[in-house]
Amino acid sequence: MLYVRNLSCARGGVPVLTDVSFEVAAGQAIILRGPNGVGKTTLLRTLAGLQPPITGEVDFPEEQGAYASHADGIKTALTVTENLKFWADVHGAALPDTILETFDLADLRDRLGGTLSAGQKRRLGLARLGVIGRKVLFLDEPTVSLDRFSVKLFADWLQNTHLAAGGVAVIATHIDLGLAAPELDLTPFKAAADADGGSDEAFL
Amino acid sequence: MIALLLRDLRLAFRAGGGFGLGLAFFLIVVVLVPFGVGPETELLSRIAPGILWVASLLAALLSLDRIFALDFEDGSLSLLATSPLPMEGAAMMKALAHWITTGLPLTLAAPALGFLLSLAPEAYAYLLVSLLLGTPALSMIGTFGAALTVGIRRGGLLLSLLVLPLYVPTLIFGAEAVRRGADGLDPTGALMLMAGITAGCFALLPFATAAVLRINLR
Repeated sequence: MLYVRNLSCARGGVPVLTDVSFEVAAGQAIILRGPNGVGKTTLLRTLAGLQPPITGEVDFPEEQGAYASHADGIKTALTVTENLKFWADVHGAALPDTILETFDLADLRDRLGGTLSAGQKRRLGLARLGVIGRKVLFLDEPTVSLDRFSVKLFADWLQNTHLAAGGVAVIATHIDLGLAAPELDLTPFKAAADADGGSDEAFL
Repeated sequence: MIALLLRDLRLAFRAGGGFGLGLAFFLIVVVLVPFGVGPETELLSRIAPGILWVASLLAALLSLDRIFALDFEDGSLSLLATSPLPMEGAAMMKALAHWITTGLPLTLAAPALGFLLSLAPEAYAYLLVSLLLGTPALSMIGTFGAALTVGIRRGGLLLSLLVLPLYVPTLIFGAEAVRRGADGLDPTGALMLMAGITAGCFALLPFATAAVLRINLR
């Protein structure tokens, strides 16, 4: 469902990864590994279309990609339900009844986003993925600040709801989510220090 | 798109949203002018159109840097960029939300403040119409400026420097329409030109704003 061919991407005008190729079939996930700074976030942003690749191509069904990063996009002055409802409306989807229970947010439904703890915010951010109904997820460190119970909650949702329904996920993480997913170590794709092509034509 | 507009309005009206700040600023600036200029009603009534327009322009400027900065900081802007909502539509809705929370209250409050500056009675209608036609352009141009400076720390000052020169045509025609109204002349020409500027801004700037946002999100 997701094809990546000979992809090279840059961060801040400096090439970080070259010639990354992989594909993920429907219902499968792939875990990106690599030390800090190797380019996991850059790769995910490039895959999600937030920045153009230097070369190579990314192919997945149009309008099916969703990106989730360290920043959850939670509005502190809106309640948990209002936050989720907004993303559902933007994506033209209905709010699933069970989503709050799935991410253990039912008791927090009327709390303001600003009063949530870091882990609760993260759960709300992840619950957004269950609301928008997108098939191809690009997840950047989805489990940061989650406790073990919440990690399990998220992994179960990913496995039993998202992947089981034919979705795809590309996950950059340092911990073991307990998914039966292949791992891709990005270290061999690291761009050489003098690699060219990173300059940003928009400013030339 | 309506969801984004409603969310922005809701955020503006909730605690810390900053609704009313622009209006309060407008009020204070206009009230300060007679203190500075002195209580000569003839002089005040002559400069009133200009003062009201300059003050509303500054008040609109005040809340511009919030348009995209907050969404950029909490990550919603990246999420919006990957959502089915076109960035052009998002830019338009952001401008509209800014206008409803800033431009519209300013327009409605302006006649009351015109009274404080002893604005000529004939000019009130034109003051209202010129602000109604002109303030949307202020919001749209400001949204473009906010997109240019999103992600820059302390971008607010740079934003003012970028945006204020672009406000000049609207200011000239807006104040001119009110002045002509006060003098009993026909202000239609100035009003039409200003409406043209506003229409042009809404036709072109959403695209420019979206392009700039895409670059700034890289």
